[in-house]
Amino acid sequence: MNAPSITTSSAQSPAGTTRFDLAAAVKDSAKAALITLGLSIPILAYKTDQSGADLFLTPRWGLVAIFCAIVFGLRLALHAFTASRSYRKALPDPHQATEAVHAEPSAYQKVSKFGIPFFLGIALTFPILIYLIQGGLNESRYWVDLGILILTYVMLGWGLNIVVGLAGLLDLGYVAFYAVGAYSYALLSTTFGLSFWICLPLAGILAAFWGMILGFPVLRLRGDYLAIVTLAFGEIIRLVLINWVDLTNGGAGISSIPRATFFGLPFTAGEGGFAATFGLEFNGMHRMIFLYYLILALALLTNFVTMRLRKLPVGRAWEALREDEIACRSLGINTTNTKLTAFAIGAMFGGFAGSFFAVRQGFVSPESFNFLESAIILAIVVMGGMGSQIGVAIAAIVLVGGPEILRNLTFLQAVFGSGFDPNEYRLLIFGMGMVAMMVWRPRGLISEREPSVILKERKAISGSLVKEGHG
Amino acid sequence: MSTAGANTMQSQRVAAATARQPLLSVRGVKTYYGNIIALKGVDMDVHEGEIVTLIGANGAGKSTLMMTIFGNPRAREGTITYAGRDITKMPTHEIARLSIAQSPEGRRIFPRMTVFENLQMGASMNGMAHFNQDLERVCTLFPRLKERLQQRGGTLSGGEQQMLAIARALMSRPKLLLLDEPSLGLAPLIVKQIFNIIKELNEKDGMTVFLVEQNAYHALKLAHRGYVMVTGNITMSGTGQELLENPQVRAAYLEGGH
Repeated sequence: MNAPSITTSSAQSPAGTTRFDLAAAVKDSAKAALITLGLSIPILAYKTDQSGADLFLTPRWGLVAIFCAIVFGLRLALHAFTASRSYRKALPDPHQATEAVHAEPSAYQKVSKFGIPFFLGIALTFPILIYLIQGGLNESRYWVDLGILILTYVMLGWGLNIVVGLAGLLDLGYVAFYAVGAYSYALLSTTFGLSFWICLPLAGILAAFWGMILGFPVLRLRGDYLAIVTLAFGEIIRLVLINWVDLTNGGAGISSIPRATFFGLPFTAGEGGFAATFGLEFNGMHRMIFLYYLILALALLTNFVTMRLRKLPVGRAWEALREDEIACRSLGINTTNTKLTAFAIGAMFGGFAGSFFAVRQGFVSPESFNFLESAIILAIVVMGGMGSQIGVAIAAIVLVGGPEILRNLTFLQAVFGSGFDPNEYRLLIFGMGMVAMMVWRPRGLISEREPSVILKERKAISGSLVKEGHG
Repeated sequence: MSTAGANTMQSQRVAAATARQPLLSVRGVKTYYGNIIALKGVDMDVHEGEIVTLIGANGAGKSTLMMTIFGNPRAREGTITYAGRDITKMPTHEIARLSIAQSPEGRRIFPRMTVFENLQMGASMNGMAHFNQDLERVCTLFPRLKERLQQRGGTLSGGEQQMLAIARALMSRPKLLLLDEPSLGLAPLIVKQIFNIIKELNEKDGMTVFLVEQNAYHALKLAHRGYVMVTGNITMSGTGQELLENPQVRAAYLEGGH
C-alpha cells in the first residue's frame, strides 16, 4: 500500500560499481561552469574604460562565456578520465562471495535524486525563466512576487522545522518570531536609520532572544501543553504590538520602512542608483528580482545551516530529544540547553524572514502576524513531513502557490457560470487535501528520515543474510 | 566446573572491594509519586567490581529505585552517594556524566535514528573522544549490531534493541552500569547471550553492574550479591548463591516460574 514504511530496505542502497555516470558528470561540470560564471562576474565581466574624464563599464560577456565553456569541458574530461580508471579498478571480483544488496529506494531517495537539483535549478533561474516566458520585466512582476511569497514560506517552514521537525517541540506561535524580526527591522531602521544589512543579523539575534524567553517557561512541557503555551505566546506578542502604541504605532502599523540596497546601491531611478550604475534602463522590477534572490539566499542559508547542524552533536541531540527525552537525559544530554538552542535557532530564522518581510512590504502591522500564519507554517511543516527539508519546500509550494493557481482558473467560469470564483473554494479544497493526506500519507509527504551519517564502507550486508535470522 | 573456580576468584575480589567504601550507596531513600510512597527507605550498596542484582515482583519499586539513583524521580528523603559524592539532588544529565550509564526499562532506544546514530548519542557526553575505538569494542561484543549500523533502531528485533541499549550505554565508558530488566520479553537463548556479555564486561573490564531483574534465577546466578525488594522495602540481601538457596526466595521467585 501507500503507507510509508520504515523498512530495512531504506537503510541500504545498492553497493554498485562506479561506472561513468554521464548525467552526474555533466551536472558536476555544469556546476563548475556556474561557479566560474559567478566568479567571473566581478572579475571578468566588466572592464572600466576611461574616455576623457569619464569612466565607462565595458561588458565582456563573450569572454565570460568562453571561460565557462573551457571550465565545463575540462571538468567533463577530468570526470571521464577518473571514471574510466576507477571503473577498471572496480570490476567485480569473480570470487566475491557476497552479492550486492538490492534495496528499493525510499520515497526520500527517489525525490531527492531528481527533486533537489530540479528544484534548485528552477529556483535559481526562476526570474530568468519567467522573463523569457512572459516576455518582459513588467509582465513577470506577478510571478516573481509569487516566487518571493513562496520562498518566504519555505524559509519559515525550514525555520520551524528545526523546532517541530527536529526537536519535536510543537510550536503554534512561530509567527511571534516572524513579527519580532519584522518589527525589529522596522523600528531600528525608522528610528536609528540603520541599514537592512545591519538590521538583518540584529533582527535574528532579537528573535533568538525571544525564542529563549519563550523557551524558559515551557521547558518542562511537551506535546499539547507546549502547543497551548506557544499559541498564547504568539497572541501575546501580537497584542503587545497592537497595544504598545508609543513604540509600535499600534494597529496602524509602521510605514515607509527604508528599502534594501544592493550593497549600497539603492534601487532608484536617479544618479547613483542600481540601474544607472550598471548601465541599465531603470525598472522597478530590478528591486523585485533582487528581493527574490535575497530570500532565496536566506532560505538556502536556513537549509544549509539546518543540514550542517543535524550532523553536529547539537542537531543529533535535537533528534534524540524528539525520540525519547528520558533516554536523552540518561545519556548525559542537557535537555534544557538542547530545547533552548532549538527554540533560539528556529526563532532566529523566523526573525530573518520577518525582517525580509518588512523590507519587502515597506510596511508592517500586527495584522500580518495572526494565528492563521502560524497555522499555515505549521501545516507546511507537518504536511511536508516532519524533519524533511525537501518535503517542507514542496508543501510550501502547494499551500502557498495553490491558492494562486485557483485564482487563475478562470476557464472554470465557462463551466460553472460567470459568477463562479474558484478562490472561494480555497478552504474547502485545502480541507479535502488535508483529509487525503491523513489517509494516504499520515506522516507527511516525505516521512522518511535521512540518516545524518552514511557509512562509507557499506559492505554487502545484506538483506538476504539478515532474513534468515543468523548473526 | 570452571564456573566454580571463577566464582571463588570473584568472591575474593568482591570481599576485597567490600572492605573499601562502596562505589554507590543508597541510604534511607524514600521516593514518592505524588502522595503515594514507592520506596520506603531503601539501603543498598554497590561496591566496585561487583555485579549486584535487585529482584522483586512487579510493582515492588525496582525500577523506581533505579530511576531514583538517576534523579528522576528525585528521592524525597535519604541520600545517594556515588564515589564519595552526594548525587541525591543532581540533575539527571550531570549524574550521567559521572560515568554512570543506564540502560533504562523498555530499552528506550531512538527508533527513527540508525544504530550508528544511537551509538553516537551514547558517546556524545564525552565528546566522541574515543568513538571509533568504542564502536569497535561494542561491535565485537555485539556482532549483530555491526551488521545493522545503518539500520533504523526501530526496525531491530527486541533482542537487538536490548543489545543496542546496552551498547549505547557502554559507549560512554561507564564505571557503573545500571541495567533495568535486560531480559524483558526476550527468548531464553538471547537472555543467556546478554547475561554472558554482562559477565564478560564485569570479568574482563572490571565494570561494576547493578542489575534490576524479574528473571530471578539467571540474575542471582550471575550476581555476586543480590537484594530482594518487596513493596518498596529491601527485605533480604546476601550473595547470589545464598539467595538462590534461600527457601523464601525460592518459594516467591523461583519455583513455578522456572
